[in-house]
Amino acid sequence: MDFAGALSPDHLTFLLEGFWVTVKVAFISIILSFLIGGIVGILRYASIPVVSQVLAVLVETIRNLPLLLIIFFTYFALPEIGIKLDIMYAAIAALTLFESAMLSEIIRSGLKSIEKGQIEAARSSGLTYVQTLNHIILPQALKRMVPPIVSQFISLLKDTSLAVIIALPDLMHNAQIVYAQKDAYIIPIIFTVALMYFIVNYCLSLIARRLEIKQA
Amino acid sequence: MLDFTILTENFDIYLEGYKTTIIASLIALVASFLLGTLIAVFRIAPFKPLNWLGTVYVEFIRNIPLLVIVFFFFFGLRFSGPVAGATGLTIYTAAFIAEAIRAGILSVPKGQMEAARSSGLTYGQTMRLIILPQAIKIVIPPLGNQFINLVKNSSILGVVAGLDLMYHADLISSRTYVTFDVYIFVALFYLSLTIPLSLGVGYMEKRLAKSN
Repeated sequence: MDFAGALSPDHLTFLLEGFWVTVKVAFISIILSFLIGGIVGILRYASIPVVSQVLAVLVETIRNLPLLLIIFFTYFALPEIGIKLDIMYAAIAALTLFESAMLSEIIRSGLKSIEKGQIEAARSSGLTYVQTLNHIILPQALKRMVPPIVSQFISLLKDTSLAVIIALPDLMHNAQIVYAQKDAYIIPIIFTVALMYFIVNYCLSLIARRLEIKQA
Repeated sequence: MLDFTILTENFDIYLEGYKTTIIASLIALVASFLLGTLIAVFRIAPFKPLNWLGTVYVEFIRNIPLLVIVFFFFFGLRFSGPVAGATGLTIYTAAFIAEAIRAGILSVPKGQMEAARSSGLTYGQTMRLIILPQAIKIVIPPLGNQFINLVKNSSILGVVAGLDLMYHADLISSRTYVTFDVYIFVALFYLSLTIPLSLGVGYMEKRLAKSN
């Protein structure tokens, strides 16, 4: 093991560049997933005939597939039907698809957790269904959703590493390039990478926990 | 339309991978259940250094990607693909199972422990005979969810030449020069495992909610 050689300033900068890609891809994906998952979650919550059922089947299918398969498929299989995406976009598209399904469930159960009486009270005081959703249900539900959404973001940061199979230049990918130079670098680099993920994710999980305690 | 001859002509290869995916998931499930239970007990044992060890394990492993763990065994310790994959899956999943089991144990009222201890059982006996059998009921649905995750995560074997579905799909697609159809069938193979499992977990969750 050669810790000093493996962790030279050049290597560390290169790893951090990779980590920046990881964070960027994860962040863009979580924002997009929140929007798409939000719409899907609300549509399923509103139980509109046909639409809700179709969405349920889609969400369940995506949630039950390995993310690795979705990433691989987006980059390598879609070009066969004429959809060719750059590595970065393919990674974002795949992660967004998967996370939207996950987030839609979080959002739906957040909405469901608001007591029925609130809807009845709002409706009977003259608000329309959409107004009730906008002014009564969503603001309360959003607050409850924040901790699970932060947890989901942690998963996403970890899952972005799976994009190494399409050569996204993320932390894992750059780590592999560094330790390919020398066998003595492998274990030190893997530990360093683990530590980088750990520090960021652990801080996020502490935030999630604090938010949970604050609400309780 | 999908070309079903890809499925029929390569069925043996698919099946080979499907078998490995199932076996690796089952081995990792049993092993991570044992390891996870041990860690959960560590976390609540009345002995600080053990608590500390359990907490470090859970917090560290939960916050790093599975891929990093698998690479550690594959590239770092030079395990073979399937072994590195199954070991990585076990270590990773154990952290989540430990949390599920800990939550289950904590849900058993404190009086049970006190009653058992004051009637002369040791701490180990109380855990084994009184607390764990009651906790298991609450723990089963989250364990089911972990098993679903395990089946999905086992696809990581494909990254380290782990002979699973993803790996064999790669063989088929390099033989047939087709990717789209080959991987649609892979998706169906995975769904054939995960959908029944999720329905089962959903059913158990409902039953548990009713019994409370």
